[in-house]
Amino acid sequence: MTFLEIVEGPLWYLGASVFVIGAVWKIVGILLLGRKADLSIPRASASVGALKAQFLHFVPHGGFTFRTIYHLVAGYMFHIGLFVLLLFAAPHVTFAQNNILSIDWPSLPYWGFVVAAQFAFAGLILLWVRRISDPVMIKISDRDDHVGTWLTFLVMLTGCMALQEGNEMLRATHMLLVDLWLIYFPFSRLMHAVTFMFSRGYTGAFFGRRGIVP
Amino acid sequence: MSITTAIETMVANIDASAASYLDACVHCGQCAEACHFYENTGDVRYTPVYKLDLMRRVYKRHKDPLASIKKLFGLAPAELTQDDLNEWSDLIYDSCTLCGRCTIVCPMGIDIAALVRKTREGFVAAETVPEGLTGAAGRALETGSPLGIKPETFKKIVAEQSVETGIPIELDKAGADYMVILSAMEVLNFYEVIGALARIFKKAGVSWTMSTTAYEATNVGIQMGDKAIAKTLVSRVVDAAEQLGVKYVVSPECGHAYSALNWEGPNLVGRSYKFEVIHIIELLDQLCAEGRIVTKGKDDRRLTFHDPCQIVRRGGIVQEPRNLLNQVASNFVEMSPSGVDNICCGGGGGVSSNSNAEELRIRAFGSKKRQLDDVKPDAMVTACGNCRNVLEEAIDEYEMVMPVLGLTELLAEYLDD
Repeated sequence: MTFLEIVEGPLWYLGASVFVIGAVWKIVGILLLGRKADLSIPRASASVGALKAQFLHFVPHGGFTFRTIYHLVAGYMFHIGLFVLLLFAAPHVTFAQNNILSIDWPSLPYWGFVVAAQFAFAGLILLWVRRISDPVMIKISDRDDHVGTWLTFLVMLTGCMALQEGNEMLRATHMLLVDLWLIYFPFSRLMHAVTFMFSRGYTGAFFGRRGIVP
Repeated sequence: MSITTAIETMVANIDASAASYLDACVHCGQCAEACHFYENTGDVRYTPVYKLDLMRRVYKRHKDPLASIKKLFGLAPAELTQDDLNEWSDLIYDSCTLCGRCTIVCPMGIDIAALVRKTREGFVAAETVPEGLTGAAGRALETGSPLGIKPETFKKIVAEQSVETGIPIELDKAGADYMVILSAMEVLNFYEVIGALARIFKKAGVSWTMSTTAYEATNVGIQMGDKAIAKTLVSRVVDAAEQLGVKYVVSPECGHAYSALNWEGPNLVGRSYKFEVIHIIELLDQLCAEGRIVTKGKDDRRLTFHDPCQIVRRGGIVQEPRNLLNQVASNFVEMSPSGVDNICCGGGGGVSSNSNAEELRIRAFGSKKRQLDDVKPDAMVTACGNCRNVLEEAIDEYEMVMPVLGLTELLAEYLDD
């Protein structure tokens, strides 16, 4: 079995299994902690508040736009670029069709891949530069923040290098890092990709009962 | 009481919402931009998410659904020690007013103030609470007021206000519609509010009373994070109101009192009340809307409104004070930001009772001062006795000249007699 066959075979299945089982285990575990029923008389609907909070926190509000503009722009550049690459990069679409789903969806042209990758790289690098240079970020950042950033960066970097599809070693390196990323995901802050919905939802529901959503 | 009890308390406090918050945080640091303690000192330790670090460690070590696997690989954070609590004490008690402004800026919508409150409960379990708060709690339990105002003194103050206004104020009147409670600061410093209420309620034909066993609503238990004390103090009000058989309890111009009685109280006592809670500002707005309060003339000074965080951002009473102000002020101007996005006075969440935080509180007022410098009002109106006191002290400290008015008293001044 070649290195590529290992990382696209058994290690891929291991990574994907840890990712799915770990993430589900974590989500179910968090939700099972439950919350005591609130006996106060609500002024408005908790459900509406929870829904509103999901959308409200996608955009800056409360007069913070200017003060958070760096993080806002870099954050959106990175996340949009990453999701476009993840879902529409041609090799990803092919890989998904062969290994996950058998349905077909359109993939990005080469130039689209380049633009999305540039956005994602620029965003991630800007976020990381801030993390290592801003005094607040230096104080609050821990090992997980750096490992998550670097792992994601290397996945993206090797992904671009793997566009040279003729080079098996580059593709295998990318897949190895993807497998590691998947294994790391449920144990790290990368889980925010899922838990942000619960976080916003709980806050929205709590304040929604009070008739406001901050 | 020990660090073990503190950890157990913090572990018990981590429910699904707290776990979601602690898991969703990506350490983006945006919350620093919303914190008046960080903004006015530049001290990175005051970054709100850093204040949660003890709770994060407890979660990751004990409650994270994958904690056991992390422990196997030595990836779980270290157990908390008493030294950690001592080191974080100023972050948990001195530099957080539980104002909740950081939630607005958080991309994950994390209720950081709620997590600081949960952390405080751990500190209470470890008996690592600033003296100012434990002293206030002791006085509240002993005398009924965190400022040590005994029932005899309260009766005297009410009697004086009754004489001054010429309106009889009947205490402990069974069957009244409304039972009014006050904040400690109102009873001590702003007792004219009692006369103002007497005049307004007489005009509006409101049947009301005050209790001599539960005359004030300030809840130090909520502020320091002691559920047992919070429950005792809320129960006093609930028992008195239910004994008198009132239909409503009127929460005073006090932020935490409203939160304690209306939002947290039923959960503390474990049942719904046999009465409804209404905030005084809600009641006055309602009476105005019904035409039962008629005013005459308007204050033509340039007035602005300081939103008490617990009443507005965390209480949901946003428009009502503005309706009242527009009724009696011809030149009302908003600060920016205001309403739900307001900036705290610097002394909420027990900070004003905590002498360790005195200097820091005055520095934190810098954000409010900049707002005031922009608007340049002749006077500032607010709806919280504690905010009012904190604002007055800071205004003196910064050698500004600006009266701070209570909204109820302002309304009473313009009653159409």
